Amino acid sequence: MAGSLNGRTPLLETKGVSKAFGPVQALSRVDFDVYPGEVIALVGDNGAGKSTLIKGIAGIYAFDEGQILFDGGKVNIHGPRDASDLGIEVVYQDLALADNLDVVANMFLGREWTQGMPASTDSHEAPTGISRFARNLMPLSEIEMEKRAVSTLDELAVTTLNSVRLPVSSLSGGQRQSVAIAKAVLWNSKVVILDEPTAALGVAQTRQVLNLVRRLAEKKLGVVVISHNLHDIFEVADRITVLRLGHKVKTYIAKETDQQEVVHAITAGQVSSVPGMTQ
Amino acid sequence: MTDIIQESDASVQSALLASQTAQTPGEYMRAMGKRIRSGDIGTLPIILGLVLIAIIFQSANQNFLTPRNLVNIVIQMAAFAVIGYGMVYVLLLGEIDLSVGYVSAVGGVSTAILLRDSLTNPALSWMDWWNVIPIALIITTAIGFLHGFIITTFQLPSFIVTLAGLLAWNGVVLMIVGDGGTVNVQNPVVRNLASEVLPPIWSWIIIGLFIGLLTLLEILTANTRRKAGLRAKPMPIIIGQLVIMAAIGAFVAYIFNINRALTDAAPPQQGMPVIAVILLVLLMALTFVAERTRFGRYVYAVGGNKEAARRAGIRVERIRVLVFMISGLMAGMGGIILASRLKSVATDTGGGNLLLYVIAAAVIGGTSLFGGRGKVVSALLGALVVASVENGMGLLNVSSGVKFVVTGLVLLAAVIIDALSRRSQQTT
Ligand SMILES: Nc1ncnc2c1ncn2[C@@H]1O[C@H](COP(=O)(O)OP(=O)(O)OP(=O)(O)O)[C@@H](O)[C@H]1O
Ligand SMILES: [Mg+2]
Repeated sequence: MAGSLNGRTPLLETKGVSKAFGPVQALSRVDFDVYPGEVIALVGDNGAGKSTLIKGIAGIYAFDEGQILFDGGKVNIHGPRDASDLGIEVVYQDLALADNLDVVANMFLGREWTQGMPASTDSHEAPTGISRFARNLMPLSEIEMEKRAVSTLDELAVTTLNSVRLPVSSLSGGQRQSVAIAKAVLWNSKVVILDEPTAALGVAQTRQVLNLVRRLAEKKLGVVVISHNLHDIFEVADRITVLRLGHKVKTYIAKETDQQEVVHAITAGQVSSVPGMTQ
Repeated sequence: MTDIIQESDASVQSALLASQTAQTPGEYMRAMGKRIRSGDIGTLPIILGLVLIAIIFQSANQNFLTPRNLVNIVIQMAAFAVIGYGMVYVLLLGEIDLSVGYVSAVGGVSTAILLRDSLTNPALSWMDWWNVIPIALIITTAIGFLHGFIITTFQLPSFIVTLAGLLAWNGVVLMIVGDGGTVNVQNPVVRNLASEVLPPIWSWIIIGLFIGLLTLLEILTANTRRKAGLRAKPMPIIIGQLVIMAAIGAFVAYIFNINRALTDAAPPQQGMPVIAVILLVLLMALTFVAERTRFGRYVYAVGGNKEAARRAGIRVERIRVLVFMISGLMAGMGGIILASRLKSVATDTGGGNLLLYVIAAAVIGGTSLFGGRGKVVSALLGALVVASVENGMGLLNVSSGVKFVVTGLVLLAAVIIDALSRRSQQTT
């Protein structure tokens, strides 16, 4: 596969995955891989299959055929929980934040720390002697959660947030996006997938989010970014995978290509018979 | 800090920040003013409403603000508040439970009838208040489960399912009460639940304990937060709050302890009603669950963004069913309190204005009909408003036509305030 990355194993890899919705073949035998410490962009026209690919990886749909490999080993992902247990976190385009809850509550939603159980950022909740029912009535460990939320935001150098105790409804679009990304990173995640992270943002906020995306890669995470904005993509991505009508056209190395070539691939679709790297 | 605040003076964010960063009571008050200007009106409608109610009814009838009548209002509000506590949970989900009136009647009627029959039917002679009350509460909780189960299994709006429940449980009440029309509550414990008072010294002890506990929790939290290097509520503000609460608490205890007997010759009537203690204990327990546990967090999350909750791995349907069970449980308790207050149950128990009063109480208190926003305490404060209006109209002997119109207007005012404050909360 993409041997340009010094023969390392991809963190996440799909091999020949397909997905049909009735008569619509949304994905046809797509190979895709993500290496630690890189930003890979997933581009393609509307309906190219980008969201379908990441939803399959995230466990929202099951692929009809093909395999998912994680750290080189074959894995079965049957639901969102399986994906997050592996360390795959998705920041959806609609962000999926509860507006009425504050930043800390959102970052820990569904995995709150409570008294009587160890505070851990393993996405997999360690079994304790306490039943799930009792745990849901234990006092929350608000202080530990707040400290962890603050330190995660600090690590990502998110400085625009004045307080982590503000309800998300009072935040700007860029602040929300930062919270959603920080939420994904909090859980010792290894792969973070962002669906159109800058679509609704202004110039300054787009810049903040792109910087944040770069910092995730510096922290040795594998980062997948879906975007329609080629300018943003060339700014942030190391590699660019182009999908067209459910097929993978090619994976380009950002430094070795230009916007024109990528646009041509998206629209005209010169399907190369050997998917993979460019040399 | 302050320069951040001045940047955009009108925004909700800066107003909230100001109240989080306030260091002195003065700053805190200014931040509150700012929050109100930004549309976050909090308990303001309640305070204004209560003042207005006091002025109107006192000027029409000198008996309105007497200690005797104020204690009556507390007893009158108890059922609205207790059923309202459950309604707050339902509203937090963004759902509604229209059945609570008649479900409460099922609770009251089963209590009254089982206690009555235990006197005559040897097979039921083992029954007494301490097992009949739990049985009645299990019945109403099961009814709540049934509503929640139907709503989640068939993906139906709670509005419709509980509307069906409203009718069906009304029918059930009619069937069990039967031709007799009225069942008296004879068991002394249940009968006195709503009217029993504690010796005067207990007014001070209980209100003191309540305020002391709240303040202690605030201080402990602030200290642990400060030690952890997090922003904590400054001591002067905690003390300021303590002073205000202590003043209100002392006033309430003082009122409870004034002799309410109508004549000097009559035995003295004074002290805190037991029912007020029950209201406070339930308030603390349900507030703890709503604000300090995962379960409560999930209730807010489902009401704020159901899809986000689902993607976070929260079992949304289970939360919804549990909340309808809480609603059934609290309705049952309210029904028993009502039966105790009226000393009887009848075919019309649970009907009339009860449902509207309960919804109005929760909404007036600041819980949103749109889900995700509100507090358990809003049911208590709103119930005080609603019971005051009901009580005042009773003193003035207004016709039931006028009562219905006024109740309708109060509810309408509450939902308009809710809709307006919701609009102002939304940014971008
Ligand atoms: N749940 C679904 N049911 C039926 N068809 C679907 C479903 N989801 C996606 N499709 C179809 O699959 C194809 C790929 O869709 P997908 O959402 O993956 O595209 P995309 O690349 O994310 O496009 P966009 O840029 O518009 O988000 C489209 O033809 C779409 O209509
Ligand atoms: Mg898409």
